[in-house]
Amino acid sequence: MTEDDIIARLKENVIQGRKTQQDEGIDEELSGTPGVVELIRLALEKNILPEEIINTLTAGMTVVGEKYSTKEYFIPDMLASAEAVGEAMEILKPILEAAKVETKGKFAIATVKGDIHDIGKNIVAILLKGAGYEVNDLGSDVATEKIIEFIKKENPDYLGLSALLTTTMTEMGAVIEALKDNGLRDRVKVLIGGAAVSDEYAQKIGADVYCLDGFHAIKVLDSFQKVGSS
Amino acid sequence: MPREGILVSNPYTRITDEQVQQIHRASLQILVDPGLICFSKKAAEIFNSNGAEVAEVASADHPHWHIKIPEKLVMEALDSAPKTVKLGARNPDNILIMKGDEPRVYFISGSETNIWLDVDFPTYVKKSDSSVEIKVPEFHPRRATVADLCQSAHVCEHLETLDGYIRTVNIQDADITEDNKDVNKFFASLNNTTKHFMSGLTKLEQLDNVVRMAELIAGGKEALKENPIISFITCLVKSPLQFVADTTDTFIEVCRRGLPVVVSSSPQAGTTAPIKEAGIMAQINAEVLAGITLGQLVNKGTPMLYGSVPVRARMDTLSDSYGSVETSQYNIDCVQMARFYKMPNYSTSGVCDTKIPGQQASIERLFSDIVVTLSGPQFLHCAYGLLDCNAVFCLLQAVLDDAHFQMIKFFLKTPRINQQELAETMKQIREVVATPQKLYIGYIRQVMRSGEISQPYPFEGDGESDDVFALAHQRMNELLAKPVEHIDPDTTARIFKEIPGLLPRLNVYRERKQI
Repeated sequence: MTEDDIIARLKENVIQGRKTQQDEGIDEELSGTPGVVELIRLALEKNILPEEIINTLTAGMTVVGEKYSTKEYFIPDMLASAEAVGEAMEILKPILEAAKVETKGKFAIATVKGDIHDIGKNIVAILLKGAGYEVNDLGSDVATEKIIEFIKKENPDYLGLSALLTTTMTEMGAVIEALKDNGLRDRVKVLIGGAAVSDEYAQKIGADVYCLDGFHAIKVLDSFQKVGSS
Repeated sequence: MPREGILVSNPYTRITDEQVQQIHRASLQILVDPGLICFSKKAAEIFNSNGAEVAEVASADHPHWHIKIPEKLVMEALDSAPKTVKLGARNPDNILIMKGDEPRVYFISGSETNIWLDVDFPTYVKKSDSSVEIKVPEFHPRRATVADLCQSAHVCEHLETLDGYIRTVNIQDADITEDNKDVNKFFASLNNTTKHFMSGLTKLEQLDNVVRMAELIAGGKEALKENPIISFITCLVKSPLQFVADTTDTFIEVCRRGLPVVVSSSPQAGTTAPIKEAGIMAQINAEVLAGITLGQLVNKGTPMLYGSVPVRARMDTLSDSYGSVETSQYNIDCVQMARFYKMPNYSTSGVCDTKIPGQQASIERLFSDIVVTLSGPQFLHCAYGLLDCNAVFCLLQAVLDDAHFQMIKFFLKTPRINQQELAETMKQIREVVATPQKLYIGYIRQVMRSGEISQPYPFEGDGESDDVFALAHQRMNELLAKPVEHIDPDTTARIFKEIPGLLPRLNVYRERKQI
């Protein structure tokens, strides 16, 4: 396989949402052929530059985004592609760190204490990973102390908190209060989401922003990037 | 390959086998006592010569006969009536095969309304804030024309769930007369759809002209017999229990020609039939059996559908309340009676009482569409676009109804639960549970594109806006813009040469030449 072939196939497999050779994707013709993970490894073996690989992943995700906006693709397609890109970024991580290439930011995400509903949180984590963020998923039913400890230690740029229930959403306020008490509130932007919460609730508890879904979260984070770079 | 329709694997039954038997026996008694009044001399003679008890009733204005049909004649007719009926089509892929003992449902339009309902979307401005504008659908009833009939056949050709076309409107153009109505409605419909076409006949004298037209299209007399692209609806028995002169004579002639025919009866519970379910059922069944008996006496083996359009009366207007729940009950009972006789059933659902599309229309029609379909009639007519107790046809509503039937057809798909499916999905369950995200999304995408997952409602607006009518209207215009396969130029030329009374403007090739 030539370098051009690898790059072309990589982009196509991102569009098809095929993380590995075993994934079914959309077109049956691709069944059994290398997926994003195998192609990334091949690209690295052939010494293709990480920047070129990242540009290819981004170009693939751009096509996916276009297909989603024209309703050719649906959320499962978007997630499959994002998951494939996220996995690619994991493989590239040590190389990017060695080359001192910065990611778009470090994002810690958790479903708050008392709430075990994590589908939404998992989807957001996959989408953000696919969008180029370094995501640390702390899990569901996560104690406030554990979140604080992680922030102290890992210093993420963003903290995403999720809650499905009205009975557990108050825990989000408790996390923000604990951030303040530990002098961490200014070090991290807090994004909240989940069926129980709203824009008004975000303002009430002092979160930075309420995100309707994972796509909204990407838009919000990208807008922070623009503000940061201007 | 004929059209598939939808096979109802476990049809819903409303009445017990014993109740079916009770209705059957009551109907046989009705056919003898009180018997029927017959205004057709031909029919009276046929019954008389075949052993029915026929007595002439002296009347200066309307000569008629009192007929008592013995059980033996009825049972012989039920025996000779075909149990499988084929309704042909210009496109062989649109042929319908109906078996009396197989609950495979075909969805069909109907049913000659006088009024056509137009829709437009005028803009309204909010009084308190003139920057806010909304478009609101407005409906405008008017007399239907032959152009409307062409348009509705055209759209029905492209409605995916619609299996056959019954003429939707009564054409009332200034140049349409009683003499040329039949040939023009048959040509307008046949030229704009390749699906099966069924209609009533306005004038018996036009029967041979429309049959000749069908022969020219099908490729000859024998070809028409093999592929009957047209069929006829006849309400020969007017409730209660009266053979009408003109329709009965038409019915006899259709049977003589061996073309498929619906023996239909439409009693109204409360006025022309008893209000009690047992009563209307015994009567409608007797009326249909009387028609089947006559048809089989005329021409043994004539393909027939057991036609039932029972309705309940609206108490405020005494019009036919198709939207009433009882109407669906009666129709389901009739499906069971037809199945008892192993004859394909022509049933009814989808007509609403309200005058315009909207919430009431959707609720009434979707209710009857679902419950009657579940009972498994072979030929479900009136199912598209009919409003105002069957007095109005609206093409926009027909497009909306197609979406209802998409849902119903999907619901009735055979469940795919077997050892192979279970083994595959259990493998998935084990794999997914072992992952951190625990999501099955990786397995959804090919399934999503295979047709195994139902589609979202096609006329859903963005956000909170209700754009159903606007989107359905857009869809209707898209379907009108899609070409239909007209009858070929040579056949069209022959039809216009041989069949008198056709309106020149219906010849699409002639119009193109003028352009």
